[in-house]
Amino acid sequence: MKRRLTFAAQSLLVLAGLLLVWQCAVWMGAPPYMLPAPPAVGAAVVERFGSLVRSLWLTAEAAALGLLGSIIVGVAIALAFAQWRGLRRLLYPYTILLQTVPIVAVAPLILMWTGNGLLPVALVAFIICLPPIIANTTQGLISVEENFLHLFLMHEAKPAQVLFRLRLPHALPHLFTGIRIAAGIAVIGAITGELFAGASRVGEGGLGYSILYASGQLETDYLFALVLAATVLGFTFFFVTMFLEWYFLHHWHESNRSDMPD
Amino acid sequence: MSADIVISQVSKQFRGGALALQDVSLQVEDGDFVSLLGPSGCGKSTLLKMIAGLTLPSSGTIAVDGILPANARQLMSFIFQDPTLLPWRTVEENVGLGLELGGMAAAPRKAKVEEMLELVGLTAARTRYPRQLSGGMKMRVSIARALASRPSILLLDEPFAALDEMTRDRLNDELLRLYAERQQTMVFVTHSVAEAVFLSRRIVILAPHPGRVAHIVTNDLPWPRPAGIRLSAEFDAQAAYVSRLLRGVHAEAPSL
Ligand SMILES: Nc1ncnc2c1ncn2[C@@H]1O[C@H](COP(=O)(O)OP(=O)(O)OP(=O)(O)O)[C@@H](O)[C@H]1O
Ligand SMILES: [Mg+2]
Repeated sequence: MKRRLTFAAQSLLVLAGLLLVWQCAVWMGAPPYMLPAPPAVGAAVVERFGSLVRSLWLTAEAAALGLLGSIIVGVAIALAFAQWRGLRRLLYPYTILLQTVPIVAVAPLILMWTGNGLLPVALVAFIICLPPIIANTTQGLISVEENFLHLFLMHEAKPAQVLFRLRLPHALPHLFTGIRIAAGIAVIGAITGELFAGASRVGEGGLGYSILYASGQLETDYLFALVLAATVLGFTFFFVTMFLEWYFLHHWHESNRSDMPD
Repeated sequence: MSADIVISQVSKQFRGGALALQDVSLQVEDGDFVSLLGPSGCGKSTLLKMIAGLTLPSSGTIAVDGILPANARQLMSFIFQDPTLLPWRTVEENVGLGLELGGMAAAPRKAKVEEMLELVGLTAARTRYPRQLSGGMKMRVSIARALASRPSILLLDEPFAALDEMTRDRLNDELLRLYAERQQTMVFVTHSVAEAVFLSRRIVILAPHPGRVAHIVTNDLPWPRPAGIRLSAEFDAQAAYVSRLLRGVHAEAPSL
């Protein structure tokens, strides 16, 4: 407990130092439309809290929808890959290929096909979340030790039982690794999507859209507030997935043992 | 009574590998306790897996209760060298695995699991996860799981090899008690002469390169066998005899 408090104090100290450097830069004469002072950003947060939260919420919705969709679809694809080796051989390379496609380049295309709104933005998040979910889950599903498979065979288990009572639980830690990676990039994906089509009304939309709009208007203090909000959102996603991982795995999985020294 | 396991002229050649077993013939009667003893790499595990139908012979035939091993799995249970417990299941859920896979309803399954836990002395640890158990406890869970489905044949592949000697002796005592109670057919793979002599009715000594049956020793150590029999002169004599045969097998193996 004491160690944790010390750690928290240290982290806060680093943050204070960074803020101080920032403030010094402002004092040394950086123009406010390039670098607003920390208090100005604070004021922007307070003043436009309503629209900031609205933007944050829109992005959170799209990112969560994309992430959730990628988990459902990704796990289904991984299960199919585990069950049919031929299918895996045939299609697995393409899921890796999907990972190397630069999303910024593809996003406009997707939005051109699907139009504006929540769904296309969620779709962009979905597409970049999918490969890590598929790759990690598939790896977990197919890396079951032979002895376990023999055990199930000796008990005359049906293929579905092997899949759902052996392979899937065994793959759970791998799946969560995939989700942790995906959660980080889901927010990035949603914001990228919004850069191209995030407006629900003129001047109003998710974080990506608002960032573009604020930079166009040279509202640099609000721009900073938006970036801050995006960071908070990313962190929130990360911690929620960390918590879920702990919740589902801590009672049996080695990497989540509560009695491990830190 | 008819022979339970009939192995006739079985050879096993792994793809791209050496000849693991050559021309092995062996019959195991109903209720027999047979140990397979031999140096590392002589094909003990391979033979056991073939009896279970988990590996197919390259030539020769194996019949379990008169049919193909793969079709006779409901008669057999396999106990692996490591306990092979599912880490996400508690002790009782692990013990009930086979019954669950076989479609037994929850209520009778619970009763059966209860009985098995009592048998191996793990009632108090029923809700623990495998990572919270000692090596010996894990092995007991593995045994309980294997016995729960009431197999008439138990196949054991060096089940106690990873345990310290005291734990191993205690589990051997328990295994013999279970054997006396249920009279299942046992095929037991081991490296240990003492273990083989203490447990079995017959000891099959295998020679390596290629794996084959070198000797079949009928163990005349009397029944019942209390733990103290290990200290008797008879036991020593029998163990010395088996050791000598085993050493002969080692000697004829080409040195690596
Ligand atoms: N899947 C496999 N593919 C190729 N060769 C194999 C395979 N399994 C076993 N072997 C070979 O067959 C031989 C017998 O192996 P096996 O595991 O049956 O030996 P063992 O008597 O059980 O040894 P140990 O006492 O060390 O467990 C060894 O030479 C081994 O390398
Ligand atoms: Mg072996």
